[in-house]
Amino acid sequence: MRDLIKSALAITWKDLYAEWRTKQVFSTMLIFSGLVIVTFSFAFDPTNNTIRAVIPGMIWVITIFAGILGLNRSFISEQYNDSLHGLIVSPIDPSSIYFGKFLSNFIIVLFVQMITIPLLFILFDYKMNGNILLFLLVLFLGSAGFICVGTFLAALSANSRSSEMLLPIILFPVISPIVIAAVQSTRILLIDVEEIESLFSWISLMAGYDLLFFVFCFFLFEFIMEV
Amino acid sequence: MIKTVTLNKTIAEKTILNDINITVNQGETIGILGPNGAGKSTILKIIGGLMKPSFGHVMIDNIPVKENNLEIKKKIGFLAHNSYLYEHLSPVENLTFFGKLYQVNQLEYKVKELIREVGLQFFMNEPVRSFSRGMIQRLAIVRAIVHDPSILILDEPHTGLDQQASRILNELILKKKEQKTTILMVTHDLAQAIETCDRFILMKKGVIIDDFVLENKNVHQLKEIYLRQVG
Repeated sequence: MRDLIKSALAITWKDLYAEWRTKQVFSTMLIFSGLVIVTFSFAFDPTNNTIRAVIPGMIWVITIFAGILGLNRSFISEQYNDSLHGLIVSPIDPSSIYFGKFLSNFIIVLFVQMITIPLLFILFDYKMNGNILLFLLVLFLGSAGFICVGTFLAALSANSRSSEMLLPIILFPVISPIVIAAVQSTRILLIDVEEIESLFSWISLMAGYDLLFFVFCFFLFEFIMEV
Repeated sequence: MIKTVTLNKTIAEKTILNDINITVNQGETIGILGPNGAGKSTILKIIGGLMKPSFGHVMIDNIPVKENNLEIKKKIGFLAHNSYLYEHLSPVENLTFFGKLYQVNQLEYKVKELIREVGLQFFMNEPVRSFSRGMIQRLAIVRAIVHDPSILILDEPHTGLDQQASRILNELILKKKEQKTTILMVTHDLAQAIETCDRFILMKKGVIIDDFVLENKNVHQLKEIYLRQVG
């Protein structure tokens, strides 16, 4: 287990370092998110109180669509020089490749959220009065669930010629429960605070989904790594 | 010791390998020769753990490859057609990354030493994307030996190399040979093969058609045997 974590962290470090050098994925995700926020801020009148209702949905639209841009690159970048084969022939558990990739994708998505969500609040003139810690927990659980399934399916679709089209098609049906739970939880925290009792059932659903799919993807990953 | 037992590989009803039985003793250097599509690279991929056979199995030091896979992978250094290197990382960063995966001791020292050995010391911190084919190939072989493997698998290692790079590569292979490393090399370059290999396996259409030792290291004799058998 220790070796598995060490190899996974080496892969995460390599991905994040390469990303820090090139800034390809991060900048693409930020530009996309920024464009969505600015477009919506012009499309809706931010001074209108009812517009706030779209904020929870927008947070997750940005996260999911920007995240898919990163997920697509995550395994396609391993195809130059057949680098993924270099990982397969290494003495590491295939699950550590999954875990390492999951961590790097998750960290990049969290960084994007750290920049885009405050920008969204500023442009929509939204002042948050709810529980920030619970809001962060919802972001964490929702993003983790999306990334754990997304990383697995990105590896699965990477060998396809049209992987960039294939990934959203196979990903959306599987992540719909976590997206619904994340949007509902965010809505309760940001808009309908009086429904706070139901928040915990949504959070439990997200935690259960994350655990179930993480374990499932972790153990099945070696089968999709076969050449 | 490497032993393949009735190794078969079929991809979409096409037979790539047909009953391959090879025994390679510790310290032997073997050149696998044959025309394109003979199944040479497929054998290497199966021994290296990159591909699974449809039937049959591989034993390394009397341990079946499917069991205790990670321990066996530590013994193997694999140099394929592609370099497996990350273009945005420098030679030091690439080798450090792979060294961590192979749990190499004294990694920092070893990485710099190996880079010097292949003459890339002035490009240690340059990203690999700016390298020529020869430089990438030199770095790729260093990547394959960073963990001092006891088995070295080389798939057409001389392709695209200039004279100097070929000489460095051959010196590295001969050095590994002196250290009793088992070397399996697929190549189309008979002159390079005769320089480094002791034994030759000829393949055609997924079948071994000859397995011989050339004592006199005569490239013309090797060429004659090759042309006679393969056509």
